[in-house]
Amino acid sequence: MPIIKTEALTHVYSKGSPFESVALENINIEIAQGEFVGLIGHTGSGKSTFVQHLNGLLLPTNGRVLMDGADINSSKKLRHEIRFKVGLVFQYPEYQLFEETVYKDISFGPRNMKLSKQEIDERVREAAGFVGVPESLFEKSPLEISGGQKRRVAIAGVIAMRPDVLILDEPTAGLDPEGCESILNNISDYRRATGATIILVSHSMEDIAKISERLIVFDGGHIVMDDSPMEVFSQADRLRSIGLDVPVVTDIATRLRELSIYVPECCYTVSQLRDAILSLKKGGSSC
Amino acid sequence: MSSIIQVKDVVFRYEGEEEPVLNKTTLEIEQGAFVVILGHNGSGKSTLAKHLNGILTPDEGSIFVDGMDTRDYEKLLDIRRTVGMVFQNPDNQMVASVVEDDVAFAPENLGLPPDEIRARVDEALKLVDMYEYRLHAPHLLSGGQKQRVAIAGVIAMRPRCIVLDEPTAMLDPAGRHEVIGTIKRLCRMNGITIVLITHHMNEAIDADRVFVMSNGKVVSEGTPKEVFSNVESLKAEGLTVPDTAELLYELKLAGFEFPAGTLTVEECARAISSALK
Repeated sequence: MPIIKTEALTHVYSKGSPFESVALENINIEIAQGEFVGLIGHTGSGKSTFVQHLNGLLLPTNGRVLMDGADINSSKKLRHEIRFKVGLVFQYPEYQLFEETVYKDISFGPRNMKLSKQEIDERVREAAGFVGVPESLFEKSPLEISGGQKRRVAIAGVIAMRPDVLILDEPTAGLDPEGCESILNNISDYRRATGATIILVSHSMEDIAKISERLIVFDGGHIVMDDSPMEVFSQADRLRSIGLDVPVVTDIATRLRELSIYVPECCYTVSQLRDAILSLKKGGSSC
Repeated sequence: MSSIIQVKDVVFRYEGEEEPVLNKTTLEIEQGAFVVILGHNGSGKSTLAKHLNGILTPDEGSIFVDGMDTRDYEKLLDIRRTVGMVFQNPDNQMVASVVEDDVAFAPENLGLPPDEIRARVDEALKLVDMYEYRLHAPHLLSGGQKQRVAIAGVIAMRPRCIVLDEPTAMLDPAGRHEVIGTIKRLCRMNGITIVLITHHMNEAIDADRVFVMSNGKVVSEGTPKEVFSNVESLKAEGLTVPDTAELLYELKLAGFEFPAGTLTVEECARAISSALK
C-alpha cells in the first residue's frame, strides 16, 4: 500500500468569488514508503498547494488524500495525527522560530505530542544530531545564532516529531554551497536512518538531480511528468517551455553527444558525467 | 576605465559585537563593469553591499562613491541616486498596489515634474521588459517579474550603479534567467555598473571581475577564469565552482589535460571532445 495517495485531488482558491482560481486539478498520485521524491515546477505551478494538502493544512475542494489507506480528512482524530506523521518544513523556516531557547524550539513538536519528558529529551537530541546542531547551542536564543544554524534548528523541530513523511520546501534557498550540501546530506542521513519518505521541493535542478530518485513536475495545477530524473532531464526543451531547466551537466552531455562523444543519456550530475567520460577514454561505455 | 566605487581598508562591527564583520575590506569597482561578489554565509558580502550606498558607514577606512565619501551626510542623497539597491525578497520591496506606481515611488520622492516621472517610469519598465504589465498588481506577478519591477524602481532614479544582493535566491529557473538576463543587458547596453552578490556560481561566468570574500576580507579577485581555476582554494572557503569547471577539475585529477579557463558549456564540451580525440 502506498504511504500517500491522492485521488482526483482538486483545489480551488477563493471559490465562488471573482478571484476564483484553480490551483490543482485532478491530481492522482501514489508515493511509496521510503521513496525520495523531488517536486519541481515554476512559481505558481501548484506544488506548494499540493504539499499543504499532504498534512491537512489545506482541505481538498474535491477528491481525497489518503495516508496508509485512510482519508486524512475523514475524522478530526486523523487530521490531528497527520500533523505528526507528515512533517512539513516551510520555505525560510528560520522565520518561524519563536521560543526562548534552541532546545525549547526543537522540543515544541514533541511536547504537543504529549510525550514524556524523557522521550522529548531523547528526540530533541536525536533531531539536533541529524541536522548538526551542537548541544552547546541548546540554551542559546534562536536570535543569537547564524542564519544557517537557524535553518537547521527549524528542520530539527520537525524531525523531532519523527515524521514518517518529511516534506521540505526549498530547504537550501539562500545558503552557500557548503551549507546546501550539508543540509542535503543531513536529509539523506535522516532517511537512511529512519526509512522515512522524503519529498523535496526545489528550484535547484542541480540539488534535485543529486538526491532524488523520482521527479514529479507540476505545471498549471497538473502533474505533467512523473518519472526518474534521467527520463525527466532528457526532455530539456519541454522543461524549459514550462519555466524550468536541466542541470548544467545535462547541457554539457547533450553538447558532447552533438560533438560525437557518446556519453549516455543518464548523466545529470558531475560525478556521473565524469565516470562516463573516463570509461569512454578506456574504450568502454557504461552508465 | 575609471572606478566608480573605491572601498579602502574598511572595518565595520555591528553594535554590541566584538568581531568585525568587515575586517580591512579593500576593493575597487570599475565604471560600467559587471562585478560579482561571492562568499560563504556570514563572510560579510551583504554588509559590504549596504556600505556601497551609505546604508551603513565604515567604523574605520573609507568608501568613495563617484568621489563622494559615504560618511559625508551632505552627500548621502547624491550617493543613493548614484548607487541603487535590490534585495533578495521581492515582496519586501513593493510599496504600491500598481506596478507603475511602485516604479514611480523613487522619482516622486526626488521631486521631479510629472512629465519627467512618466517618462522615467515608462523607460524603466521598458528596459526590464515589464512595460505591458504596468497596470498590473504586483502581488499577482511571478517572482522573476516582481524582481524586474524592483529593478525598474531603481532604474527610474537613473543610477550609474545597481547593487543586487542575492536577487535570484527565491526565484525559479525561469525567473533566475529573466533577472540575470536583464541585469547583463543593463550593463552591456546601457552602461550601468552592476554589482551582483550571489551563491550561484553559474551566474558569475560572464562577469568582468569576481571578488571572493571570507571573514570580512577579499581573499581572491580576478576574471571568472582566473578565480574559478583555483578550485581547491574556493572549496576551502565553503564555495564551489560552476559545474563546468568542477567537471574539468575532476577529469584533470583523473589524468586529463585541458587548457586553462574553460567556463561555458560550449567551451567545456569542446575541451573534453578534443582531449578524447
